[in-house]
Amino acid sequence: MELPVLNNTESEAAKGGCSSGSCGSTDDQMNHLPDSIRDKVKNHPCYSEEAHHYFARMHVAVAPACNIQCNYCNRKYDCSNESRPGVVSEVLNPKQAVKKVMAVAATIPQMTVLGIAGPGDALANPQRTFDTFRMLNEQAPDIKLCVSTNGLNLPANVEEMCQYNIDHVTITINCVDPDVGAKIYPWIFWNNKRIKGREGAAILIEQQQKGLEMLVAKGVLVKVNSVMIPGVNDKHLEEVSKIVKAKGAFLHNVMPLISEEEHGTFYGLTGQRGPTNEELQELQDSCAGDMNMMRHCRQCRADAVGLLGEDRGSEFTLDKIEEMEIDYPAAMKMRAEVHAAINEELESKHAAKETKLVSIEGLKKEVTRPVLMAVATKSGGVINEHFGHASEFLIYEASSNGVRFIGHRKTTPYCEGGDTCGDGESALDVTIRELSGCEVVLCSKVGYEPWGPLEAAGIRPNGEHAMEAIEDAVLAVYEEMRAAGKLVEKVDEQQKVA
Amino acid sequence: MAFEIIESCTNCYACEPLCPSKAIYEAKPHFLIDAEKCTECAGDFEEPQCASICPIEGAILNEDGVELNPPGSLTGIPPEKLAA
Repeated sequence: MELPVLNNTESEAAKGGCSSGSCGSTDDQMNHLPDSIRDKVKNHPCYSEEAHHYFARMHVAVAPACNIQCNYCNRKYDCSNESRPGVVSEVLNPKQAVKKVMAVAATIPQMTVLGIAGPGDALANPQRTFDTFRMLNEQAPDIKLCVSTNGLNLPANVEEMCQYNIDHVTITINCVDPDVGAKIYPWIFWNNKRIKGREGAAILIEQQQKGLEMLVAKGVLVKVNSVMIPGVNDKHLEEVSKIVKAKGAFLHNVMPLISEEEHGTFYGLTGQRGPTNEELQELQDSCAGDMNMMRHCRQCRADAVGLLGEDRGSEFTLDKIEEMEIDYPAAMKMRAEVHAAINEELESKHAAKETKLVSIEGLKKEVTRPVLMAVATKSGGVINEHFGHASEFLIYEASSNGVRFIGHRKTTPYCEGGDTCGDGESALDVTIRELSGCEVVLCSKVGYEPWGPLEAAGIRPNGEHAMEAIEDAVLAVYEEMRAAGKLVEKVDEQQKVA
Repeated sequence: MAFEIIESCTNCYACEPLCPSKAIYEAKPHFLIDAEKCTECAGDFEEPQCASICPIEGAILNEDGVELNPPGSLTGIPPEKLAA
């Protein structure tokens, strides 16, 4: 049906820079997957970089119990791996959860996927998790179901899980070596005992790997999440990536450790830092040689609702959904129409892109240096957010190999809109720091005030591509830079240094 | 012979299904243990189940009011850092 040539030619062209698969256009993350898998993930916002601009997901917090302790988690709050720490989700019973899912699916027809990710561990609460899935199978069969787990109880539950048509599972695997594990997991609960230290970590690792193998054997899609903890498992994750790929995981998502002191976690209170943006990208790039890497993860909350990066959970609190009247059969019809329209739009975009790629291939002769660009977008894969309103920027890399998505960086909106900007100046400093390494920031509009400081920091603001498709705009700006001779000199300098 | 759950309980449900005596029940503002039913798992398990899965240090007390999981015992966080 689709998909570019870029990746094929790229493997001959560029053996340097990026080891193999992951360069090229952003959606080639999916290129080397078989059609059967691509079909399964094409409208899953958490698995497909492209889909996340169009389709929405939700999590229901039905699973508060956990069976392990991670050093990045404070159990007084939510799990800080699957959901950001500091706020407690409203825990729902399965019936309430089903009602909420149907209310959201009827209100946000772009919602395709329901996940159970906590706030503890989905499989440490098998009864609550499976009751929810069973009811959804019956009442809302058009919703895809997925589960996120630490893997300890996975082997024991694979059989039952498969009964509910759960075809996507995420396992958080931070290590395959119990000595590394002992620095991440202080204890696990196993066979009616609390088991501490290395011994506990060894059991957890064994169960995770066994669970992964069982799921793959059953044809279930498995994504692996890893939390990157500098000095603890950062050097080790390349090996993890190799092993989980060899066992059949289809996607690896390396996420940065979140360890603010105020979250009260072991890492937060003992000064363990998270990785810098650059360190994270470097590790993702080095794992990419072995594995499809995922870079658009937002580490969302266990009760998140909406497009990735947004949370509309407050529209669907228990008392609000209690008042909603939902005609699900009607909603299901409307949802099918909305999904079909989105898929049609995506397919026509792919067709257009294929034509364009052919012309780019023709032009590609000189090798120019890669440039990072930051993009402000709300949704839809277009540049449609004001610089000052953006709470995150998507980072793209343009190079002579094409455009690829690198990740996202969070910030505080420089200006919340309105006349006064209060702390605007310091918020701008934060944004500039977060955009380090970027040479251009593309947004629908940028005010006069931030212009100077951005330029001084070497980041050129650009509002000329408002409402254009992100990759087209990034490529256009890159071409402008090439024409202006801005891409060549630095290569020379780098070569001189080397 | 009975344990007690106190206010630092976060209502995570982890202990409730494990109790062999069905002594633990959901309540507001937090889960409670029925002292009449609690056997401290004697005869059922080597270790008391609720205290073995509870992630919150200090949330479960024994009959003498002593914390079964004292500060630092589960998270490894030094108590002086916890206080700060």
